[in-house]
Amino acid sequence: MASNHSGWFGAYGGCFAPEVLVPAVEELKAAYRQARRDRAFRRELDENLRNYAGRPTPLDFAARLTKAWAGARVFLKREDLNHTGSHKLNNCLGQILLARRMGKRRIIAETGAGQHGVAAATVCARFGLPCRVYMGTEDMQRQALNVHRMRLLGAEVVAVDSGSRTLKDAMNEAIRDWITNVRTTYYLLGSVAGFDPYPTLVRDFQTVIGRETRRQILQRAGRLPDAVVACVGGGSNAIGIFSAFIRDKRVRLIGVEAGGLGLASGRHAAPLQRGRVGVLHGSRSYIMQDQHGQILSTHSIAAGLDYPGVGPELSHLKDSGRAWFTAINDDQALAAQKEMSCQEGIIPALESAHAVAYARKLARDLGKGKIMVINVSGRGDKDLKPGDPA
Amino acid sequence: MSARLASRFLKERAAGRKLFVPFLTAGDRGLSFTRRAVLRLAGLGVDAIELGVPFSDPLADGKAIQASSQRALQRGTTLTGILKLIKQLRRDTNVPLLLMGYLNPFLHPTPLHNIAAAARAGADGFIVPDLPPEEAHDWIRQCRAWDVDTIFLATPTSTPQRLQAIARLSTGYIYYVSVTGTTGTRQHLPTDLQAAVGRIRQVSPLPVLVGFGISNPEQAGRTARAADGVIVGSALVKTLAGRVTDAQALGKLSKLAGAMLKAVKKR
Repeated sequence: MASNHSGWFGAYGGCFAPEVLVPAVEELKAAYRQARRDRAFRRELDENLRNYAGRPTPLDFAARLTKAWAGARVFLKREDLNHTGSHKLNNCLGQILLARRMGKRRIIAETGAGQHGVAAATVCARFGLPCRVYMGTEDMQRQALNVHRMRLLGAEVVAVDSGSRTLKDAMNEAIRDWITNVRTTYYLLGSVAGFDPYPTLVRDFQTVIGRETRRQILQRAGRLPDAVVACVGGGSNAIGIFSAFIRDKRVRLIGVEAGGLGLASGRHAAPLQRGRVGVLHGSRSYIMQDQHGQILSTHSIAAGLDYPGVGPELSHLKDSGRAWFTAINDDQALAAQKEMSCQEGIIPALESAHAVAYARKLARDLGKGKIMVINVSGRGDKDLKPGDPA
Repeated sequence: MSARLASRFLKERAAGRKLFVPFLTAGDRGLSFTRRAVLRLAGLGVDAIELGVPFSDPLADGKAIQASSQRALQRGTTLTGILKLIKQLRRDTNVPLLLMGYLNPFLHPTPLHNIAAAARAGADGFIVPDLPPEEAHDWIRQCRAWDVDTIFLATPTSTPQRLQAIARLSTGYIYYVSVTGTTGTRQHLPTDLQAAVGRIRQVSPLPVLVGFGISNPEQAGRTARAADGVIVGSALVKTLAGRVTDAQALGKLSKLAGAMLKAVKKR
């Protein structure tokens, strides 16, 4: 794994935070350094992951998809079965324990698809802390179920109407809140993006996905997989599952970005493939921007992937060649959501469906006798609207 | 320190006067409006002008400057265009001009390219709110090579060690952000300002200018007395918003800036 003591992953990462936040960021770094060495902290986190989140999540053999795709054997890492319906809770449990340890009494978060917002609202309910979630109005509309869930959980959902009204703008607004209330507030960031230490912190809390997967596939198949496939927005589910296999050079790591209406259309969210290096939300990474360094609007049918940046560690994995990235368009993701629902009785989130859609192509390329794992990062109930044709 | 900034500040200090530095987003109402506004403000006798380089995602700014940045971007404002404007302005005015903006637009094509271009155009320094001292080594080196100032922000949360680093790496002046919060006008100003400014003066001989939240001449005058001067952004930028003609906007801007200047310079 890349050295990251100073928050850098090769040429990516860093801490480009406004001065007012830097002392808070330092405080968070110090608290995390202490916590990760503290057995009691790890025990409490493990206990919560087991009995509250329901971990370990299963590694499921997808018999009918394997048959239908006529290629590699397909295993599904079932993060959709994690409590709240996505991998996001892993990070939220870790960070809420950290926040409590730091004596912070107010929690804020940003959300795109609402999965991180729901997970944040959930842990705040469980630990009795007030929670405010920033969400773009465009996302509130297309992920209305999650807005309802957050409110039921007692969180305050703040509508963000600036910019593209999606995840990027929700994050701007959350950072502005943190700047204003920095002394009392804990910013529970949901992805491996943002300034140091978040890319490291969130990654560490998501590595549980990879650790379990590695153990489970060795148990089930007696060997490591040939490929691991995950969708990439900010990249937390991808880095979470990749991390356990980075040293196993023969395991292909494949990240699937949102191709939107097609990479050629410009209406997509694929910074690793079409972006250039810059600084957004506090870290150096690939971002979607114009020649003047203005951030471009992105498009994806999956709100959780609709973000112009990506975690710095993924940028590093791209440059080093250790991971490979591709894109899946909106229509392909929709088709994959339907196919997996009918073939396996599992409705994946549209985000995760991007990974499923690419896995379909990959299964044939890999061929029989090979093994691949798809990270099913979340469930798709949130994407269904009454009245939509099935 | 840039010669323009140094001579101006020394002169004011010798006369026992405080400093007044207005901020405008370059390109708000168009760059030719910015040109007229800069000349008008310089004519009033302001000590320097901060020109905002608009960015699509100004995460340390409140509503007024967010909207102003948006207006400037909608008019197609670019850093290249702003530097061209500064070059033109240098034929007519010697008022110190500082570029203030988020890091990303300064990275393209490269930081060095932009620092050199800014210096050649006649800009006097940079203020980059999302570039803390820790990440600024190369940036500072290149700014020194081109003799443009690097102004870092100090805040109420800055620790004594951080204040020392900020003092060591700043040239020109130190920008003290008097509140934890985004830019924007406020009804009440902090009460512990004098103590905070005192802490900075202990570690730096540079003038300490206080910004964030100053909304009227009375606040400007009072704040200036607790420090070496004030920076006013949002309150001035607000005069450029809405359905008014350029001439009306310019009138409102110079009226407010003039009143603030007077309050600051009053002894």
